[in-house]
Amino acid sequence: MSDHSSSYEPSNGFTRWLDERLPIMRLMHGQFIDFPTPRNLNYLWTFGAILTFCLMVQIITGIILAMHYVPHGMHAWSSVEHIMRDVNWGDLIRYTHAVGASMFFLAAYIHMFRGLYYGSYKSPREILWILGVMIILCMIMTAFMGYSLVWGQMSFWAVTVITNLFTAIPVVGESITQWIWGGYSVGDPTLNRLLSLHYLFPFIIAALVGLHIWALHVVGSNNPVGVEAKTPKDSVSFFPFYVIKDGFAVIVFALLFAWFVFYAPNYLGHSDNFNEANPLQTPPHIVPEWYFLPFYAILRAIPDKLLGVIAMVAAICVLFVIPWLDTSKVRSTSYRPLYKPFFWLFVITCLALGYLGAKAPEGYYLLASQLFTAYYFIHFLVVMPLIGMIETPKQLPDSIAEDVLEDTSEAEKA
Amino acid sequence: MSSDNNDENRRDFLMVAAGSFTAVGGACALWPLIDQMNPDASAKALATVEVDLSPIKDGQAITIMWRGKPVFIRKRTADEIKEAKDVDVADLPDPQDDGDRVKNDEWLVLIGICTHLGCIPSGQKTGDNSGEYGGWFCPCHGSHYDTSGRIRKGPAPRNLEVPPYAFVTDTKIKIG
Amino acid sequence: MNLSFTAPFKTSKLSIAVLVVSSLFVSPLVFAAGGGDAPEIKRQEWSFSGFFGRYDKAQLQRGFGVYNEVCSSCHGLKLLSYRNLAEKGGPEFSKEQALAIAKEATVIDGVDDEGEPLERPGKLSDRFVPPFKNEAAARSVNNGAYPPDLSVMAKARTFHRHVPWYTEPYYWLYDITTGYEEKGVDYLYALLMGYKTAPRGVVLNDGMSYNTVFPGHQIAMAAPLSEDAVEYADGTPTTLDQHARDVSAFLAWTAEPHLNARKDMGKRVLLYLVILALLLYLAKRSVWSRVKH
Repeated sequence: MSDHSSSYEPSNGFTRWLDERLPIMRLMHGQFIDFPTPRNLNYLWTFGAILTFCLMVQIITGIILAMHYVPHGMHAWSSVEHIMRDVNWGDLIRYTHAVGASMFFLAAYIHMFRGLYYGSYKSPREILWILGVMIILCMIMTAFMGYSLVWGQMSFWAVTVITNLFTAIPVVGESITQWIWGGYSVGDPTLNRLLSLHYLFPFIIAALVGLHIWALHVVGSNNPVGVEAKTPKDSVSFFPFYVIKDGFAVIVFALLFAWFVFYAPNYLGHSDNFNEANPLQTPPHIVPEWYFLPFYAILRAIPDKLLGVIAMVAAICVLFVIPWLDTSKVRSTSYRPLYKPFFWLFVITCLALGYLGAKAPEGYYLLASQLFTAYYFIHFLVVMPLIGMIETPKQLPDSIAEDVLEDTSEAEKA
Repeated sequence: MSSDNNDENRRDFLMVAAGSFTAVGGACALWPLIDQMNPDASAKALATVEVDLSPIKDGQAITIMWRGKPVFIRKRTADEIKEAKDVDVADLPDPQDDGDRVKNDEWLVLIGICTHLGCIPSGQKTGDNSGEYGGWFCPCHGSHYDTSGRIRKGPAPRNLEVPPYAFVTDTKIKIG
Repeated sequence: MNLSFTAPFKTSKLSIAVLVVSSLFVSPLVFAAGGGDAPEIKRQEWSFSGFFGRYDKAQLQRGFGVYNEVCSSCHGLKLLSYRNLAEKGGPEFSKEQALAIAKEATVIDGVDDEGEPLERPGKLSDRFVPPFKNEAAARSVNNGAYPPDLSVMAKARTFHRHVPWYTEPYYWLYDITTGYEEKGVDYLYALLMGYKTAPRGVVLNDGMSYNTVFPGHQIAMAAPLSEDAVEYADGTPTTLDQHARDVSAFLAWTAEPHLNARKDMGKRVLLYLVILALLLYLAKRSVWSRVKH
């Protein structure tokens, strides 16, 4: 795909002059104008564009919030309220940033499930997938650090609980935790470094996104059929076809986004964070934001401190190796009758873990979290390798064009 | 053929319409991102300050804060008033009559920021260097101001600025 | 062309979605009665809730009266400034009224020549003066309890619905589609209405009152409101229910002072996005009509 030649032709003297020195227009033209893209992508493939939109919104609103925020234990919480009350447009900018985090994760999770369903992680897209997992890891850290900056009760105790996870590390755990805190408890030094890193990470994400897109443009997009595009008939140019389709999808997504910002801005947050951080009193229930709940459920499902932490970290890290865990030659789950129910079981597992993450880990809730945690790992470590070996997939079409044009050719024959 | 053309026209029209509509929205969304840097509501609320003048004696000056800037309030002596009035306005770098700079001859109210590069001139306390003209002297680049706060010598281009103010009572002014 | 291929599918999906969403609005909200210890808190009608919600400034003015005459002796509003009382989208007192309210407060502003704190009457730009100098002073006169600041109290409290787990997604959807942001306000109202005589067998600690919705039921604040506790200038009946409603609404405003402006802007943004989405959809359909996909 990357070797497709750009049809770019400089239109005037200046662009010709520029093209001989820095062929950036040629590069952009080749990658985002006439880039060949499978003609059969459905709306699930628009989430890449939606995620780029989300990242841009977060970076822009975040830079603005940092202009008004004060990273000090005495002032952090009230500086956030100052933004909400006094800064021009401050409430809308902050709500956009806060809701934006949720929207970012919503889009990222859909993007990931799309990749899982259509086998987008399989050869030759392993690096593309791994870069994606690195992005979600960075997103998790960024979102966590950003949430802590509000310095409400839930922020403060989330930082306390999560940094205390490091004490589970044998021998050096205690020292590492103090190193992270810059003290003997969560305090001003901690808050300052959280801000510094929260500001840094989005730019690391942006760099990773650059690599992710580069890797995508080397191998080309996967598609709902999972058969590689071979002939020009299989593809259309990125502009105008996918530019307009992605644009439409972004705006529909923005409608949902705007609904939350303007009419339910605090719905996805937690009321406890409207109480200023108090190091002497823990709130009755510590609950992370919704997008962390599945991981939180896994952490609490295991009654051992160290093993719980390991399971939670493993839940994300296992994603790095699934290109090699999945033994099936067929990409799209649509053509895999045996795997399909297991895929949906996995989706239900993730949703159930999300639900259970918000509940107290006792009784049936604990038992259910343990069962679903078990399936989470069984799915990757047992189901994926095994089914690939025993399954007989459905007959794949020879090409994308054949799949798409099937009806027409049959109609013509008739 | 013509239906193909119609199709193409329709397509082009829709693309242009969607594109321009997006551009308009983007431009509107830009305004909050810029306006957030303007003074916020709490800063604007501090726009007026009331000052009680009764404790100030002849020849004394006080400095108060207004919008984060120092404001000089000086109760001038008869000599200082005379000095300020006797100047030939035409000779000044920034010609202005003393009468245009005060509301009450006794009281001189000025923004205490040198019009050159924003330093605060000295001369508020007795014993301060008040320059060759008995008003203020800016230590940064040597600007001399007279007893009406007018620039007399040095690099400053303009007289010390007079803030908007009004006498609420005989002994109380409201700045801003 | 592509539409004709997928149309039946899309329509059926759409009709299901429409059915689900419309069922949200017609079906009455049923809160399961609180099981055992759990108090029942009802969703109230507020002028400022939902898509068309706006503060009722007469109600906010009454609510301020209740706060000022009853609550303010123990509870502060440290995030508010007196100028807020005259700002758009709030109680919208006149500047003069707000200044008169500010002047009743004594503000410590700097020190005099001897280093003693200098006192002056409040100005519009001042923050609300807290009722106590510090937490220790507050506790010493309140039986050891610390009356919390109320600035964002309407967002800092919530309650849990006790409904079967499989109905929870329904409530989430209902809350999101109706923009339900008033859980905290409902809690405050329920708390103020929740003072009852302690049931038999419940032993209250010294100085505590019994409240049906307060967690643990023992609350350090004695019932603050009663019928005719505060006079209303606008002739609204001074019932306990009205007092509780008005002061809850007032605290909703102190917690979310720009709600009116936000909801107004939201309508403009949504309208813009809907039109843009339509334009893009038509453009997309027209572009894609060239190829089968």
